[in-house]
Amino acid sequence: MSVEGINEPTQFLTFHLGNEVFAVEIARVREVLEYTKVTKVPRTPDFMLGVINLRGSVVPLVDMRAKFSMPQTKATVNTCFIIMEVLNEEGGQTVVGAMADSVREVFELQPDNVEKPPKIGTKLRADYLRGMGKHEGKFIMILDTDKIFSAHELRSIQQGQGADAD
Amino acid sequence: MSVEIDTSAFTEEAYELLSELEASLLELEESPDDQDLIGRVFRAMHTIKGSGAMFGFDEVAEFTHEVETIFDMARNKTISVSKTLIDLTLAARDQIRSMLDAAAGGEPADKNNAQKIIQGLRALAPGAGGAPKDSGGGSAKKPPAQASVDEPHVYRVRIKPNQDIFANGTNPLLLLGELRDIGEDCQIIAQYEGLPPLEKLDPEQCYTSWEVFLTTKQSENAIRDVFIFVDDQCELNIRLLDREEVLGNDVQKLGNILVQRGDIKEEVLEQALKPIGDRLVESGVVSSSQVKAALAEQNAIKAKRDKKVQAESATSVRVPSEKLDGLVDLVGELVTVQARLNQTASTRQDHDLQLIAEEVERLTGELRDNTMSIRMLAIGTTFNKFKRLVRDLSTELGKQIEMTTEGADTELDKTVIDQLNDPLVHIIRNSIDHGIETPDVRIAHGKNPQGLVHLSAIHSGASVLIRVEDDGKGLDPNALTRKAIEKGHLPPDAQLTDKEAFMLIFGAGFSMAEKITNVSGRGVGMDVVRRSIDALRGSIEVASELGKGTTITLKLPLTLAIIEGLLVKVADELFVLPLAAVEECVELSRTDIANAHNRHVINVRDEIVPYIRIRDRFDIPGEAPEIEQIVISDVDSKRTGFVVDSVIGQHQTVIKSLGKNFEHSEEFSGATILGDGTVALILDLSKMVRYVEAEEEDLSESVAA
Repeated sequence: MSVEGINEPTQFLTFHLGNEVFAVEIARVREVLEYTKVTKVPRTPDFMLGVINLRGSVVPLVDMRAKFSMPQTKATVNTCFIIMEVLNEEGGQTVVGAMADSVREVFELQPDNVEKPPKIGTKLRADYLRGMGKHEGKFIMILDTDKIFSAHELRSIQQGQGADAD
Repeated sequence: MSVEIDTSAFTEEAYELLSELEASLLELEESPDDQDLIGRVFRAMHTIKGSGAMFGFDEVAEFTHEVETIFDMARNKTISVSKTLIDLTLAARDQIRSMLDAAAGGEPADKNNAQKIIQGLRALAPGAGGAPKDSGGGSAKKPPAQASVDEPHVYRVRIKPNQDIFANGTNPLLLLGELRDIGEDCQIIAQYEGLPPLEKLDPEQCYTSWEVFLTTKQSENAIRDVFIFVDDQCELNIRLLDREEVLGNDVQKLGNILVQRGDIKEEVLEQALKPIGDRLVESGVVSSSQVKAALAEQNAIKAKRDKKVQAESATSVRVPSEKLDGLVDLVGELVTVQARLNQTASTRQDHDLQLIAEEVERLTGELRDNTMSIRMLAIGTTFNKFKRLVRDLSTELGKQIEMTTEGADTELDKTVIDQLNDPLVHIIRNSIDHGIETPDVRIAHGKNPQGLVHLSAIHSGASVLIRVEDDGKGLDPNALTRKAIEKGHLPPDAQLTDKEAFMLIFGAGFSMAEKITNVSGRGVGMDVVRRSIDALRGSIEVASELGKGTTITLKLPLTLAIIEGLLVKVADELFVLPLAAVEECVELSRTDIANAHNRHVINVRDEIVPYIRIRDRFDIPGEAPEIEQIVISDVDSKRTGFVVDSVIGQHQTVIKSLGKNFEHSEEFSGATILGDGTVALILDLSKMVRYVEAEEEDLSESVAA
């Protein structure tokens, strides 16, 4: 019952949004940063939090709560940015940050413990998920970061807003 | 080093040589007797041929050899430089280029075309009578047999290779073999006196030198050509021995023979010769001043030659542009860190720290300027390309056009120059096709039948102005406006100033041409110009007088990586406006707004200036202060204001890309990192104005409907 691409024991980083636990493959995570001031880029979708300075380069940040249409909360001491590398459509690599309520742990999953995501019932778009992991008797949603953070996905709403002057 | 790297080095060099070749050919057309230019053309061909053969571009080498053969005749004045020769050589240059492109994975070169060019060139050779000669089966290495005119000469060729010549993979024996091939009689004498004792002998070093007595019909140039690739790796001395003056000098001949037989060394000979000179003075044959003069002359020539060799090896270093880009990125980061250091130092009240911060600031500034200057290239090479374009186009369109250039040594960032090529091609094509009239029309209007296109580049502050002027028929603002209304680009009652009307030519799908030619008229070109110049953060200005001509001025930033910016604040958000566009800052009070009946215009010294409120435009929450600031900028030749809460000041702005995710946020040309580590967005003023204009137009249309 394994999922495509997860054929051997793989490490994941989990993070929280409210009570829900999500996981991203640790190989894609570059670092986790504390919450800092974000520069909002005007006239972009709500889930585009803005940009931050990561040692001299400008990195876009995505508000995971807004992206998954969850209610907003105030930033706390646990709020953090998970900086990840994602593959873009052209096969190149881009760096994107995701804002989460908190990060929890790194753990290893056997391929046997990962199942294909159900088509309904996750309250998320099915193509955002790579699979469902079973860990300590709980289900963890493993995110398809390449899909969620693809430039196409992040721009999608904007076309109706800013580009109408074309 | 892999083979691929080697090939790319060759193609890179070859492309450079080809553009040099083109420039030389066009110059040669103007002064066909210039031996220096002919030499330059020949050398370029020869190098392409030689290194082409070395890197396995046999087709290129063979073809180039044919062209070179003809130019060798021109060099030896066997044939004269004619327009046909230049036409054919230009065509040949294009052919070599397409061969190289083909090797790099482009479309295959047209072989028939190559054959045609070669036949045309051979027809130029004396005695050819139009019939193609036998090429001798790809003997690319052999210099042409037709080169000589008179009887054979005897040359003495001294070759003293540098000791490390083997390290470059050169085998001197092959060179000697080549020499033997070009002569009728050839005696080679090796000189061993450089050989060290056996225990000190390094087998990887070359200790031998040679003297060659060569009887040949070839010219001295043909002999030099054998050594063209090892020019800087050996001492080469060629002397014609059977000339009267050489034969007549008994003393020197005796010395020569001694050296040749290895009986005495050259130094000994020189020493022995000195007293001879003195003795000559004593016997009254020559005066001491004459000897001194002769010595001085010898020294001067020597010094000049040494200097030339030195200059040639020290003028330039070839570095891949990625390395430079990396350096620029690093300097950009350093500038950012330095800004932070300054900010920290100024809050710490620590005198020593402040001193250090100032020192670092000075050094960073110098480093930045130096790094930027490395990326600067003279625009001359680009200008030269256009000479060719003008030449070809004017022939095609049956117009007589002279192109003049000015400021070819003006330097611009490499990236800017690379991206400037296409827009300039479009502008020049436009000038030639639509601007300049045919000779008969020009004569009817009392103008010189020969049209003029003037291309110039000058520095102006932090920008470079590039102008394309023509003395053609000019633009008619009324006709332009009519056409735009006809096409629905403008409302029927539009009233435009001349300047605004001229800008219409940059609209997409706008063409004034009655018919579409393959040169222009599709209304694509000028639209491309505007977009490319936008991408370079430049601006365009058009001036024109009906019947007199048109001038298009491109204003471009010197560099793309770092700009001078004006830092402004709206609520808590910081933005950077390009300082080059900023003209002045004026205050905007609540009464001003009331006086203008809430319309977004302000009266600045009796001029009505529209403005854009950044707070409203970007939906920034919060109440505007009592007195706001308007930054008045020159956007596409129109004065436009941008309302902000406060102006903070000048800021060295290192431009960072926002990345693919913000590709649609066109109102920002990038972001920069401020001293405190936060990010500020850089506004693209011209895009912003265009968006607002388009949106207001939509609004007025929907109100009207």
